[in-house]
Amino acid sequence: MTVESTAARSASTAPTRRSGTGGKGATKGTGQGAAKGAGKGAGKKAAPAEAAPAEPAGTGSPATTSRKAAKSSTRTTGTTTRGARGQARKPRRSGQGGPDAADGPQLVQLLTPEGERVQHPDYDVDLTPEQLRGLYRDMVLTRRFDAEATALQRQGELGLWASLLGQEAAQIGSGRALRPDDYVFPTYREHGVAWTRDVDPTLLLGMFRGVNNGGWDPNSNNFHLYTIVIGSQVLHATGYAMGVQKDGADSAVIAYFGDGASSQGDVAEAFTFAAVYNAPVVFFCQNNQWAISEPTERQSRVPIYQRAQGFGFPGVRVDGNDVLACLAVTRAAAERARSGEGPMLIEAFTYRMGAHTTSDDPTRYRSDEERAEWEAKDPIKRLRSYLEREKLADADYFAAIEGESDEMGVRVREAIRTMPDPDSMAIFENVYADGHALVDEERAQYAGYLASFADSSEEGR
Amino acid sequence: MSATTQPTQPNQPTKLPLARAINESLRRAMDNDPKVLVMGEDVGKLGGVFRVTDGLQKDFGEDRVIDTPLAESGIVGTAIGLALRGYRPVVEIQFDGFVFPAYDQIVTQLAKMHARALGKVKLPVVIRIPYAGGIGAVEHHSESPEALFAHVAGLKCVSPSNASDAYWMMQQAIESDDPVIFFEPKRRYWEKGEVDTGAIPAPLHTARVARQGTDLTLAAYGPMVKVCQEAAAAAEEEGHALEVVDLRTISPIDFDTLQRSVEKTRRLVVVHEAPVFLGSGSEIAARITERCFYHLEAPVLRVGGFHAPYPPARLEDEYLPDLDRVLDAVDRALAY
Repeated sequence: MTVESTAARSASTAPTRRSGTGGKGATKGTGQGAAKGAGKGAGKKAAPAEAAPAEPAGTGSPATTSRKAAKSSTRTTGTTTRGARGQARKPRRSGQGGPDAADGPQLVQLLTPEGERVQHPDYDVDLTPEQLRGLYRDMVLTRRFDAEATALQRQGELGLWASLLGQEAAQIGSGRALRPDDYVFPTYREHGVAWTRDVDPTLLLGMFRGVNNGGWDPNSNNFHLYTIVIGSQVLHATGYAMGVQKDGADSAVIAYFGDGASSQGDVAEAFTFAAVYNAPVVFFCQNNQWAISEPTERQSRVPIYQRAQGFGFPGVRVDGNDVLACLAVTRAAAERARSGEGPMLIEAFTYRMGAHTTSDDPTRYRSDEERAEWEAKDPIKRLRSYLEREKLADADYFAAIEGESDEMGVRVREAIRTMPDPDSMAIFENVYADGHALVDEERAQYAGYLASFADSSEEGR
Repeated sequence: MSATTQPTQPNQPTKLPLARAINESLRRAMDNDPKVLVMGEDVGKLGGVFRVTDGLQKDFGEDRVIDTPLAESGIVGTAIGLALRGYRPVVEIQFDGFVFPAYDQIVTQLAKMHARALGKVKLPVVIRIPYAGGIGAVEHHSESPEALFAHVAGLKCVSPSNASDAYWMMQQAIESDDPVIFFEPKRRYWEKGEVDTGAIPAPLHTARVARQGTDLTLAAYGPMVKVCQEAAAAAEEEGHALEVVDLRTISPIDFDTLQRSVEKTRRLVVVHEAPVFLGSGSEIAARITERCFYHLEAPVLRVGGFHAPYPPARLEDEYLPDLDRVLDAVDRALAY
């Protein structure tokens, strides 16, 4: 390249290249103490999951059943009452009130949508008022954090956000069932679980802002990095659990995934590995009814929890909007794993109230009525009703949580706005643990290239 | 620990087949570090379809030499989890053509996780792949997919050509804190070579000048090194002194050693079984041209597989680079 052309390129490109790196030197907002202890270690041990509903196999050979189910699905309109054939089809519009619940899978539920405490023969929790309030606080703050992140995306501070709105109970309940030595493998939507692991929420924003592709130390909170490729982490969780087993430790590992991921080969392979090695892993599927635009009917012909049966471990469907039930069932599953009884699948039946991500437009594929139906089952509302009815929390308490929530909003906004962009040379960092000659060469070349702009870039700085 | 069979005495060079050298290396690594695991299909009781892991399960137990379900993505995916827990899994993919179900886990997860965690986690996973052709196998058993892995940042790729390298490079691959894809030249599994278990090996990612020469450099790795050495011997009879560089490592490539050789010989022919198009030879040609432009007397030539599926066994001798095809390229390069 000639000297002239280099200079010309420098002059035209340097200011632009450099102008995007403002905010250097600013520090991140301070971390904050997340809720601790709520729901932990309290209550009696829930019953083991052996009695977890394993659907009767139905009549006839599997092949016959399958063909019948196929016919059924093309003929039924979605509103007609289904008999045994219809059980194979999981209607997403019906909660426990629809045909699905009437003669199909039973949800484990301890708190009704109206906030009434009910009993289940196999699962229970006995929480102190403080612990119950703690769960409420967890859910409210998680929802607030999520709302802030969505707003920050709209303001251009984040490139993308995957909202957990509606799934707070599934995440807080399951997360609070875990011990510190347990290990979590999340998808990219487990902001509530991260909260229960005391992961600084602002760390979750880095990858959505585009300053890193992960950004936290998985081992500081036993909370692995978010995984974007659907289902991959379920195998990592299983392998990790195999390692726990080899170490003779009594920790449990939990793998989060969704209804869409249940179609992935990696998830099926994880079920197989976990089953044959009896690995101490809990498979926690948040069936939020939608994989972007595809309903669960496009992922499975049977309720997802029933898949466990074919792999040889129990599966159970829990009301994913009932934080107490999610806590009870996850605690039982984790206990089961710890005591060497192997894996278990939990299907938390819930609903993604928001879009898949901020780039999604759910009005193209689902109705307002459906959302309204699920709004009536809101996880936070029902716990609040219970707390109010039982006089476990008063207006001052709720006001205090609102105040705390507002403070967190300020802190999150502040943190994101002062989050520094990474240094240009960060591209070359941590590609390898032991180094690599090509990376070294390209790093040096690129540094030299950047240095060649030094003179002309002064004005752009 | 593994004292049942010990044909190699420390500091005493022994002649071992390449497969056996890897077996001894795995045994040594498992002896030295309880975190080293061997896992894959049929690696336990059977000792692997090529017997590379023969006897390991007997000596180290089913907990460390793990027969896995037949699911390659599952094997690599769980190996990642085990590595995150502090283990050092050595995974066997039974044949080159079977690695693709695991390709997603290798490329999207294994290769990137260290960077995604900003260096906070390490992924010391070795993936052994018996690769390349020449054994008259059925489809999917003779492929050379190394470029597909070398193209991925975060992975390291190596391929030994002889028993001694197989032994030492395996030791080094297991010690590496990065994922290493270990390409084993299956048609050389039974060829014996001297292994000195007390030697001090060269660093893993360095090439080795296997034969000195002045007229042209032949660069190869894995199964093609022997072909190049035979070609060099044949060329000598015709009065040409060819240098042979055994690259040993495909990611990173030791361009410094290669550059020194080419600056001396001024001609380079790269040989591999993998298809020539966008193969590792393409990258070598480009980089050596950049580095040695004023030294070169001829363009860098490549000899390798065709842009066609690996052929049925009856045709593989047509497809695979052999003495004559290498010498043909040598003649063309010398004619410039």
